[in-house]
Formats: sequence, C-alpha cells, structure tokens
Amino acid sequence: MADASAKQVLFEPIFSNNPIALQILGICSALAVTTSMNVTLVMCAAVIAVTAFSNLAVSLVRTQIPGSIRIIVQMTIIASLVIVVDQVLKAYAYEISKQLSVFVGLIITNCIVMGRAEGFAMKNGPWLSFLDGVGNGLGYSVLLIFVAFFRELLGAGSLFGVSLMPVVNEGGWYIPNGLLLLPPSAFFIIGLAIWGLRTWKPEQVEEPDYKMSRHVAKEAF
Amino acid sequence: MEHYISLILKAVFVENMALAFFLGMCTFLAISKKIEAATGLGIAVVVVLTITVPVNNLLYNSVLREGALAWAGLPNVDLSFLGLLTYIGVIAAIVQIMEMVLDKYIPALYSALGVFLPLITVNCAIMGASLFMVERDYTFGESVVYGFGAGIGWALAIIALAGIREKLKYSDVPNGLRGLGITFVTVGLMSLGFMSFSGISL
Repeated sequence: MADASAKQVLFEPIFSNNPIALQILGICSALAVTTSMNVTLVMCAAVIAVTAFSNLAVSLVRTQIPGSIRIIVQMTIIASLVIVVDQVLKAYAYEISKQLSVFVGLIITNCIVMGRAEGFAMKNGPWLSFLDGVGNGLGYSVLLIFVAFFRELLGAGSLFGVSLMPVVNEGGWYIPNGLLLLPPSAFFIIGLAIWGLRTWKPEQVEEPDYKMSRHVAKEAF
Repeated sequence: MEHYISLILKAVFVENMALAFFLGMCTFLAISKKIEAATGLGIAVVVVLTITVPVNNLLYNSVLREGALAWAGLPNVDLSFLGLLTYIGVIAAIVQIMEMVLDKYIPALYSALGVFLPLITVNCAIMGASLFMVERDYTFGESVVYGFGAGIGWALAIIALAGIREKLKYSDVPNGLRGLGITFVTVGLMSLGFMSFSGISL
C-alpha cells in the first residue's frame, strides 16, 4: 500500500473497496439518519471531515505514539474532532443537529474512522492518509446517499424536502410507501445495493461455506 | 417498581439497540456466524453496559452538567461539551479494568470472552446507550435499569441472528447476495419483526 498512488488511495474505497459493502465498517451509526437527503448530506460531510482529519492527525504523530496506548490516543484525537463537528453543527445548523441527535456523537465509535486510523494512517504519510480518509468518507457517503435517495423518494415522494411526486394526502397521485421511512427498509436497500455491486464486480463475491458435492454413489442396480 | 419494569421492557423490545437504532452493527454483523461466539459477546455487552451507563450518569450529573459544579463554587460552568470525550474515556477505561479483573479472578470467563472484550470499546451500542441516557435525562436508578435492558436487547438480537445464520449457510443463495448481502436482508426481516412491538406503550 505504501507505493499506492494518490488517485488510487482516493478512489479505490468508493466502489472497489467500499467500507460498508466490503469491509463491513461503519454501518453502526448512520442508517437511522437516512430518512431524508438533507440530514444524510450533513451526516456525510461530518463523517468525511472527521475521517480525513483524524487520519491526518494520527499520521502526523504516528512515530511518537507508543504501541501499547495507541488505541486510546486515536480515540482521544477522534473524540476531539467529533466534539468540534458537533459544536459547529449546533451553532450553524441547529435543526439538523436536533434530528441527528445522538448520531453525531456516535461518529466516534464509527468503525470507519477507527479502522482507517489504525489500518492506514499508522503506516502511511500525512498526505496519503488524508486522501485515504476522504476516499473512505466518500465511499461511505455514496452508499448512504443511495439509501437516502430511495427512502425519501419512495417513502415521502420528495427529495431534499421538495415534493417531486405529490402524495395522495395533499391531493396528488402518489401513495407513499410508509415502510421505507421505517428502520428495516434501510437494511433491505443496503442488502440489495451490495447484491448489485457484487454482480457488477464479481471478484467481491464471498466464498460459500459449504458446497453441494456431486452425487457420486453408484446406484445399486 | 412498575416504572422500572416498563423501562426494561421498553429497552429490550420496543427500542432494541440493534434492530431499531442500528447500534453496534459492525460487531453485530461480523461476529454473528457462530452461536457460541455471539453468546459470549452478548454477555460481555450486557456486563459492560450495566456498569458504564450508570457511571457515565453519575459523571454527567455531578461534573459535566450545567451548574453541577456549584458545590465547588462554580455555578456557571457548563462542561457538557466535554461529554463525548468523557464517555468514551470512561468506556475504554472500564473495559480495560474489567479485562484485568476478569483475568485475575474469573479466568474461565476471561478466556471465554477473549478478544471480544477490547472490541467492545468501539461498539456503538455502548456509546449510544450513554448518549441516550443523557438525552433522556435518566436518574441514577433508571440508568442502571436502562443499561441492563439495552444490553439484554442487544444480546438477544445477536444470538437470534447467529442462530439464523448458522442455518443459512447451508442454503443456496444467489452469488452476489451471499454472505453480507443476505445477512442484511435477514436483519431487515428481524427488524420488521421487532417493529411489531413499537405500538406498545408501557
């Protein structure tokens, strides 16, 4: 990874090595915020900022951190960044920060941030780490925005709060699918998105645990 | 007493950490291939939650909250912005201490939990429970009950998922959906099941 080009580091996580679809990282905090595009975009911006800057900071001090306490050092860096993001949101976008409620704080325990700090920033220079942070943040955002797009469009007939398909209650024709505003739909959409991604890039398909063996026994007669 | 019972039922079923709030999803999906592992992790989560939520509650109410430092002659100090840093520090420290205590006094449980204990530090369910506790202004007693209930709910969900996945690996799933994809769909269906509790107000 050390000689990877900047472009590769930036774009690889978006589709080829997507943090959510392939590395199973960072699903935790964010699925509950994908009911509307506005909130999702704010959340994505927050996550990109935190991953990028925590990678940068960890990478800058990586030679100074003693191995035994590195987790707590990374945690402290990440937590401080999240506090900054949280305070900025409270100051400039109070309504949205209310909707995000505890999920901004949960960026701390978002495994993407921690995983990239531990897995990439500890071994690479500051500039590449910064790009890696942005790339992984983007990979996460792509999937999140994809989910939010379908949930808001089909669940409420609108995008960014602007009504595109007028719903029946307001005299339109579209009967909104209420299920898409409920938590389970996010799982279905992500599951299907992973299916689509893996059909497109078959090398990501997982090996089966068991294979049906061929029928080899000779019949008795 | 009735209040506490309804709180615990709410934390276990209606507001299930994993299936209604998506918390602790990473470990939830990664460590649910075997029932034994899932059970070990579930127990660890219950124990850590039952300890950390009340401790964070005490810290919040006696140090961080606005006006909480009045006893020290600082009635106008509001340290609540330090909350996130404090909670994660408390969680990391308690997990570390638990590891050492278990290693010394209950080695059997320690080896059973193994690698899951340190993993719990970055489990969003733990952090999430502390944040919900602050947001909902629980008292100390309520926070003990809530921490325990949230842990039980999470453990229940992961053990159930592990049970389903153990059977699922024998089934013939389309190529692209195998592994993570079908797990997501399964969790979605489980979550749909748990939704049926959501109308219950206790």
